[in-house]
Amino acid sequence: MNEINEVDCRGLACPQPVISTKKALDSLDRGTVVTLVDNDTARENVTLFARNSGHEARVEKLEGPVYRITISKGGPEPGKQAPGAAPDTSGTTSAGGAVKPSTVYLITTNMLGQGSPDLGLVLMKSLMVTLNEMDPPPRALLFLNSGVMLTCQGSPVLEQLQKLSSRGSLLVSCGTCLDYYKLSDKLETGRVGNMLEINGYLLESEKAITIA
Amino acid sequence: MLRQLPVVTDPNLLVGPEKSDDAAVYRLSGELAIIQTVDFFTPVVDDPYLFGQVAAANSLSDVYAMGGKPLLALNIACFPSCLPVEVLGQILKGGADKVAEAGAIVAGGHTIQDDVPKYGLAVTGLVHPQRVLSNAGARPGDILILTKPLGTGIINTAVKGELAPEESVRAALETMLELNRQASEVMVRCGANSCTDITGFGLLGHAAEMAEASGATLEIRVAGVPLLPGVRELAAMGMIPAGAYANRDFLAGRVVIPEGTKPEITAILFDPQTSGGLLIAVPEEVFELVAGEMKKVGVKAGVVGRVREKGPAPIVLI
Repeated sequence: MNEINEVDCRGLACPQPVISTKKALDSLDRGTVVTLVDNDTARENVTLFARNSGHEARVEKLEGPVYRITISKGGPEPGKQAPGAAPDTSGTTSAGGAVKPSTVYLITTNMLGQGSPDLGLVLMKSLMVTLNEMDPPPRALLFLNSGVMLTCQGSPVLEQLQKLSSRGSLLVSCGTCLDYYKLSDKLETGRVGNMLEINGYLLESEKAITIA
Repeated sequence: MLRQLPVVTDPNLLVGPEKSDDAAVYRLSGELAIIQTVDFFTPVVDDPYLFGQVAAANSLSDVYAMGGKPLLALNIACFPSCLPVEVLGQILKGGADKVAEAGAIVAGGHTIQDDVPKYGLAVTGLVHPQRVLSNAGARPGDILILTKPLGTGIINTAVKGELAPEESVRAALETMLELNRQASEVMVRCGANSCTDITGFGLLGHAAEMAEASGATLEIRVAGVPLLPGVRELAAMGMIPAGAYANRDFLAGRVVIPEGTKPEITAILFDPQTSGGLLIAVPEEVFELVAGEMKKVGVKAGVVGRVREKGPAPIVLI
């Protein structure tokens, strides 16, 4: 069932609008949160938070300085669902209807395996093509250490990752790792996450596979 | 709004309000000039003693940014009569201890009743008239260094939302408490062309002031800007103070931002800082010396860009 949670943040001092929106989103497995704000700072911050958390956010201007921000968690908005539903936290449904366990990949390197780097690169490309052939696609790909190079400018697998992303896979790159490799401003696909989030995905998925 | 004040044309006023600089500098003799500056604000941390310390470090910073030595300070305080006066005592003690650390003296001050506490200092310093470091002296080819990491505005916002990790809070407090004294002494000793401290206008705001005063363009390398731990993630979560957006809007048209730059990154560059570091334009030929000396005294300076010939915009991000 798709719940709709309304949060009225008018008159609240920053950063309360983001905090209240976050609480509302955390309490839902999937559904919609509608946040009302009355200033530009709150509008920008709530929208940024929602999008960087991997949700769709739509902003409408209402009367006066008021904005309504509609945030969809767990897939497209109710009424816009395509047949063969989007992935949810407990399992994923393919077009065939059978529920399959949700799988996340923890990618801790940009070159698969210990051995020749050239071979490692070839193998990584091959892996990404293979992941794209999965139905349904993995719930999330989590990038750590040199793995973050794969989601940044110059990556040889950007096209495959972007395809995975458009099919519904979440791509999360560790912020600390991006900073370390000085790639913070070169992220091309997916979003920045921290260790807390990454661990969250690992814990809540049915299957977690590490690529090293 | 400063334009409404009468224009001053005293030849001894070496640095006045025209170029948005950090402090006023007035020549007393061939060897001596006096620096005067004032700053005060509302609490940025809960502990009154630490608030006093941070406010004092912030007020003293402008003297260091001009390449001077603080001498004397007067307290400016606003305090609600409903709060215990011991709290004010703690704030003033924090301020006094930090001023003493700077080798200067608190010689008095003034407190008034106000609903919201505020604290800071009017500071007097000394500098050689020929060695004043204003924000107008950056030359094309100079290397830009920043002596403290960015992110205090964002982290303090996250603290209000109870979302800031302990490491971030600790690191932010540490930088706010740090005096710009060592960094200033190194730049005066080794040679620098221009300096400004990074406070409420954010890195890009103060850099734009330096660019415009110097008649140059400042190229800021985003990947080189030092950040406090956790700032990227907190910015991505929307823990961005209204001041950052105000700075961004005020600087519209004056900063060239590459397409595709994430909004959380630009937010950090516009984030208002409390008691921030020094942005110094260092001539290329003394850069190695300056970098070495900074390291020796424990200042963690990062290279954040270069000064270029004046282009269409005062600031360009790369």
